[in-house]
Order: sequence, then C-alpha cells, then structure tokens
Amino acid sequence: MSDTASEETKPLPLDAWHRGKGARMVPFAGYEMPIQYNKSEGGGIVAEHDWTRAQAGLFDVSHMGQLMVTGENAATALEELVPGAIASLKPGRIRYTLLLGDEGGILDDLMVTNVTEWIAPEEDEDGNVTKDGYWGEPAFYVVVNGATKWDDIAHMREHLPDDVTLTHLEDQALIALQGPAAATALNRVMRGVPEQLTFMQSTTYDFGELPLRISRCGYTGEDGFEISVPAHQVEILADRLCAEIEVRPAGLGARDSLRLEAGLPLYGHDLTAEIDPVSADLTFALSKARRESGGYKGHATIAAALKDGPARFRVGLILEGRLPAREGAEVFAGDTRIGVVTSGGFSPTLGHPIAMAYVDRAHADEGTELEVEVRNKRLPARVASMPFVPHNYYRGS
Amino acid sequence: MPRYFTDEHEWIDVEGDEATVGITDYAQEQLGDIVFVELPEVGTVLEAGKDAAVVESVKAASDVYAPIGGEVIEVNGSLEDEPALVNSSAEEDGWFFKLTLSDKSELEGLMDDKAYKSFLDGL
Repeated sequence: MSDTASEETKPLPLDAWHRGKGARMVPFAGYEMPIQYNKSEGGGIVAEHDWTRAQAGLFDVSHMGQLMVTGENAATALEELVPGAIASLKPGRIRYTLLLGDEGGILDDLMVTNVTEWIAPEEDEDGNVTKDGYWGEPAFYVVVNGATKWDDIAHMREHLPDDVTLTHLEDQALIALQGPAAATALNRVMRGVPEQLTFMQSTTYDFGELPLRISRCGYTGEDGFEISVPAHQVEILADRLCAEIEVRPAGLGARDSLRLEAGLPLYGHDLTAEIDPVSADLTFALSKARRESGGYKGHATIAAALKDGPARFRVGLILEGRLPAREGAEVFAGDTRIGVVTSGGFSPTLGHPIAMAYVDRAHADEGTELEVEVRNKRLPARVASMPFVPHNYYRGS
Repeated sequence: MPRYFTDEHEWIDVEGDEATVGITDYAQEQLGDIVFVELPEVGTVLEAGKDAAVVESVKAASDVYAPIGGEVIEVNGSLEDEPALVNSSAEEDGWFFKLTLSDKSELEGLMDDKAYKSFLDGL
C-alpha cells in the first residue's frame, strides 16, 4: 500500500463537519475532500453509493467554481464560448454545455442557469401600477469543475467583452442532495420548493436568514438538488438536511461510482482539451440551431466531425467477472489496440465492472465484443449503451 | 503461533516452515470496499518485498507485497467469490496465501503485535 503524494490543499467550508463525521479526507482539485465516511456509522463507498440510489446522499461539491456572468450582452457573449443556446434559455432554466477551445477541444463542461431577475411592478398607495414589472440585467450563474475553475475564469475573462462582468462567487459553498428521497426530505426542510422545480430548473429561497439558490440537477443520475449557500453558514444547512431520516453524507468515492453508472463523463478523465464534443458523445450539448450557424470557438472542427463522423468515440464497456479495468487500460479488437479506458470501476448497483473508453469508430457499435488488458490479462468486454443504470430525473408528473 | 507484521500492513503467521499471509485490519479499512483480490498461483516462487497480490477496491487497485520469500502452496479460494471477506475478517478468514519459508532469517526484520500497534499509533 502506498499513499498519494501530498499536494498544496485548502480546507472546504465544511472541513470540520466532514471530519466530525469520521470522513477520510483526500487531496482533490486543490482541496481536502471527503472520499468516504466512517464505516461504523454506515459509511464506506458502497454503502454511501447504495444509500444514494435508495434514499438520499448529501455531497459537498464546494470545490466547484461558482461564477456569475452579467451584462446586457451576457448571453450572446457566452454563446461565443459555448455551443449551447444561451440566448434562448428562459429565466430559471439550466443548460449543460461545454467551454470549447479554438480547435473544438473541450476545456470544461459546465452548467449555465439564467438567473435574470423579475423586478416587480411598483404601485402607489391606492394599488395603481406606477411602473411596470420588467426583467433586470441579464445574469447567468455558471458552475464549472473544481480542477479547471481557475483556467476557466482566465479563459472567460480573456474572451468576454468589457461590458460583460464575470464574478467568481468564492464565498459560496455548494452542496448536492441526490437520490429518490431527496425531494421528500427537502420538502420537509423547505416546504413547497421541490414542487416548484423539475429537472434542470432553478429558483431562489430564503431559508431563515440564509439566501439560497436551489437547482434541480446533479451528477449521479438520480433526482436531486444542488444548493448554493453562503460558505460561512453552510454547516447550518448541512446539519438541517442530515437531520432528515432519508439523508446521509456521501463522499467523493460514491459520487464517482454513481456518475460512472449514470454514464456521465468526468472532466480530466473522459473529457479533455484533446477531445471534441462529437467524439465524446455529447452531441446533445450542441444546440441544434447553432450546429450550422456556428459562431462559437471550435465550430469548424465540430461541424467536420458531425459531417464525417469522429475517428473515435466514447463508449460504455461492460466487463464480466469482478476485475475492474481502470483508466489507462488498453482496449483491443483481436490483436489490434483500438482504444483506451478513460474511467472504470466496479458498479455496486450492477455487481460487475463497468468502464468508459474511447474506441475507433469501427468498434463503437453497441454489442461489439472487445477485450481490455489489465495487468497483462485480456478481459472480455462488450460495448454497451449508457447510462449503465437508468436515470431517475424528475421531469414532472 | 507467532504473528509478524510489515510496515506495508501485511501479517504473517508462521508455523514450522510454513507461513500464512494476509493484510491487516488497518489496511482493509484504508482500502475501503474490496471487490476483487488477485492472488498468486500455487507454485509461484515469491521474493520478499516484491509484488505478490493485487487488491481492487471500488476506488483503486493496490499492490500487496510478499513480506517474506517462498513458494506459494495454497491460496484462499473463498476470496474469489467473496472478496469482501477481506473487509469483514482481514486477519482471519480473509487470509491471502500460504507459502513455504525459504529463509527464516527474513522474519527478523518484521514487527510483532506490540511493535505494529505502536507503528500504527505513529501514523
């Protein structure tokens, strides 16, 4: 057994809270983060994973970058950096999109929420409207990956025009409540909030004195909420949510196995600056209207990949037995190396190993029989559709 | 039957010229949920300090080193179907393999129970 080399890390706002719950802390994205909680209190990666699939896990994702992009031209300015339709995004709606480089490589994947506020009409004492209600200054709340946030901020500051302001919300913490019981538990703490939201919608809420932004989204494949809260008060909220019988804290380990089962790519592993969105099977994140019109970085490369098909493709692999294939494992068709695993592990829900890999297009069809090499052994693997475990998002009744 | 420990968190029970090897309770706790154990084949001659087995947890793969040299004479087949035995009973039912001791003097550098406990306290 060997420990990973220590690196310069900062504590999260919930650091003491995690340690108080017996969390094992590891360096990740410049922070000390809980990988799992104490076994004696029901923790451990598999227990936290299973609990989140059955009830609700509370994840600290405060390492992620929370940004605000504001200004009259904010939407069009953002559209030059991402391929998603931002100008047509209605207030209170969230869109998953990608920050792209000049050559169409993925610099990061991110969530953009239109948080433009409705300013209520003004009335005189008799109730006559003296000023009509109107939408305030356009504002977009952007959540980016922790490991890439400083590069993202530099990239956006460099490319956004001067009349658009980028603010890093460094004093905000972010927690994610994920699982089929998340809405039930949240409704007991903040009555009426879950019913206001379906998947990919966002709202604000005053929890006592705490101003919150609550978004119905997450990265586990389950129904759930991400809650942005002032960092110095996040402990109050974490305690309150964990007081609900359905809610237990869950760490980075479970978050990773959940998102892998959900078929969701992880930046820095399944997505990098060398990979374009078409190869990454993220064509859905390329707004249809903008696939031809373009007007964003990397469009030429992406248009070509859409037309001709990519050379390689992100696929899911299902492995037999119990031996997992990890990142870096090579994928073979017969004697020919045709790809590489970018993330893999043992699926607690399915009871066998699963992986994501990039393989040559000719071998990317569902059902294709391939082999993965682990420690000089060839393991049979089959290309499978993703998600491996069906998504459970709440899209309205 | 004396039990020895290594600073890589393996334990060794020695009985005559034979030894049983596993990983310690501390090690399994550090590794987390174990989903697969790759054991050496019977007949393999292990060298002290070299790779002997691999433990796959949900999160990562970790090497287990041979604490002492010798020929593998038996492996714990139960781990094939139930790798979680290492989590639930690391220092008993979750043993990894048995080997013949090629050089008993290799035991001299290892810790006894008390020394290992104080080693853990210092971590």
